[in-house]
Amino acid sequence: MSSTRTTAGSADRAGAPPRSGREPSRRRPEPGGRGPRPRWAWATPWLFLAVPVGMLAVFTYVPIVNMIEYSFTNWDGISPERNWVGFRNYTEIFTRSELFEVFYVSIYYLVASVLQLVLALYFATVLSFNTRLRNLFKGILFFPYLINGVAIGLVFLYFFQSGGTLDTLLSMFGFHGRHYWLGNPDLVNISLSGVSVWRYMGLNFVLFLGGIQSIPGELYEAAALDGANRWAQFRYIIAPSLRPLISLSAILAISGSLSVFEIPYIMTGGSGKSETFVIETIKVNFEFNKTGLASAMAVVLLGFVLLVTWVQRRLVPDEKPDLA
Amino acid sequence: MSAPTAAARRPARAAWVAPTLKYLSLVAVSVVIVLPLVAVFLTSLKTHKEIANGSGALTPPHDWLNFSNYKVTFDQGHMLRGLFNTAFILVVSVAGSVLIGSAAAYAIDRYRFRFRRAILAAFLVATLVPSVTTQVGTFQVINHLGLFNTRWAPILLYTGTDIVSIYVFLQFMRSIPVSLDEAARIDGASAFRIYWTIIMPLLKPAIATVVIIKGILVYNDFYYPFLYMPSDDLGTISTSLFRFKGPFGAEWQDICAGAILVIVPTLLIFLFLQRYIYNGLTQGATK
Repeated sequence: MSSTRTTAGSADRAGAPPRSGREPSRRRPEPGGRGPRPRWAWATPWLFLAVPVGMLAVFTYVPIVNMIEYSFTNWDGISPERNWVGFRNYTEIFTRSELFEVFYVSIYYLVASVLQLVLALYFATVLSFNTRLRNLFKGILFFPYLINGVAIGLVFLYFFQSGGTLDTLLSMFGFHGRHYWLGNPDLVNISLSGVSVWRYMGLNFVLFLGGIQSIPGELYEAAALDGANRWAQFRYIIAPSLRPLISLSAILAISGSLSVFEIPYIMTGGSGKSETFVIETIKVNFEFNKTGLASAMAVVLLGFVLLVTWVQRRLVPDEKPDLA
Repeated sequence: MSAPTAAARRPARAAWVAPTLKYLSLVAVSVVIVLPLVAVFLTSLKTHKEIANGSGALTPPHDWLNFSNYKVTFDQGHMLRGLFNTAFILVVSVAGSVLIGSAAAYAIDRYRFRFRRAILAAFLVATLVPSVTTQVGTFQVINHLGLFNTRWAPILLYTGTDIVSIYVFLQFMRSIPVSLDEAARIDGASAFRIYWTIIMPLLKPAIATVVIIKGILVYNDFYYPFLYMPSDDLGTISTSLFRFKGPFGAEWQDICAGAILVIVPTLLIFLFLQRYIYNGLTQGATK
């Protein structure tokens, strides 16, 4: 690297050289321009990078390294005493069923996110063709994504109240009676994951809509001339060109399902079998002061998320959709 | 004789069925989305008595102009304080994100230097780590820095872990011709001057995107203020609303007013900036 620098410097010393002849010039602006290259020129990019890289290190990488270290100790998060316990925290997670069982709750959210992606795809396709009141529908579908999470929690607490919005609605259709949508362990996760569909569907919908709109219109015309119906157009034009977006949304959905926190915490506080792994981790850390164990739980969760991402990258490599 | 008429009818029937199903599905999904919000809005205008007397969730309030619940929420929920704290955190974090993101993107896109790829990779890997998973470690860092229970904890976390904005800026930076930098350099402009007077003004559309994405995130976030600012004085919109829910357990008219109070500004901004918000999110999410 240093040799490139000196050649670039000497070229500069020879007076502003004709740049057109040097191929990489677009990507290689030399600080200092004319005249000899200053001795500290190499530092220029680092002046711009110092703060961003410093913050990246302090708020992302240091916490991860620390967390891995804590996970092998019995630290309580406060006292100066910290004893090395080896893998005991990890064996505890995998053997104490109540710690690991909360992962089953993710399955509800995973199923919900599949539903959410399918709905988003359907509505994005429908609304990218001529439809009356298109912008109104687009706005309605998307708006929940912008709403404050706590407000959504309260709206749905009221919605699922026994005798609340949902029960009122059901009684209009003749299904009278009060239900405990959030109090019943068999229903609570279905209700809560329904809220996450309601909340996040609009985001996927808007992303897919953007993806569909970037498909050149001639493709549909050509397909229509060949006699392709809407389903064929979806199957052979829309779906393949959205593949990178769909696969991106799929990893986000999986890692999101594993790390659900906000809505169940606000609505039920994790009671009645609605506790997720993150709620459990936060409780273990801040309420029971078992930072060592909580760190091990967080490391396990992070491991799962990275594993999912890695598998997804192997299965669906980043490729440009090939349509032309 | 019946065969040709049937054949002629079939496409006509299909042409009628598909749009009907389409509109039915659109109306159905709209009802599902809007109804929970409408019920909360109606309830926010009712009196305690009306609700106690068993007024259903979807029956209209007796007096459409009964805003007394909003007053209760606003005063006892400390919404003004929440609004102030949120606004402060939002403005500083958004400005910080713009500066940090654009500076990082400028260095990475315009310079070739040692460890450039490693740094790009470090930012990329960080996008894969969901922030909820690392808070046990982050909490200790914030604690060591003495920032626990200050507004700087969420501000630093919003700006310091904001990788998406770096990507938005990086992508946009590529479309700004390098010849502009070179011309300025020949005129003797320093690297900082080029960044500040040439690059920054040209980045305006990308800045708008980052402001929108970040603004939505900060206004709505619950996790960071909840974990890092437990003090009552430091309530944001989210945490104030969350704490308000507690003592008002069954006073649904007040809780509903609180929720509406928080949603309305979002709705207004959305109506005015719709197009920019869609564009911003599409650019932000797809690298």
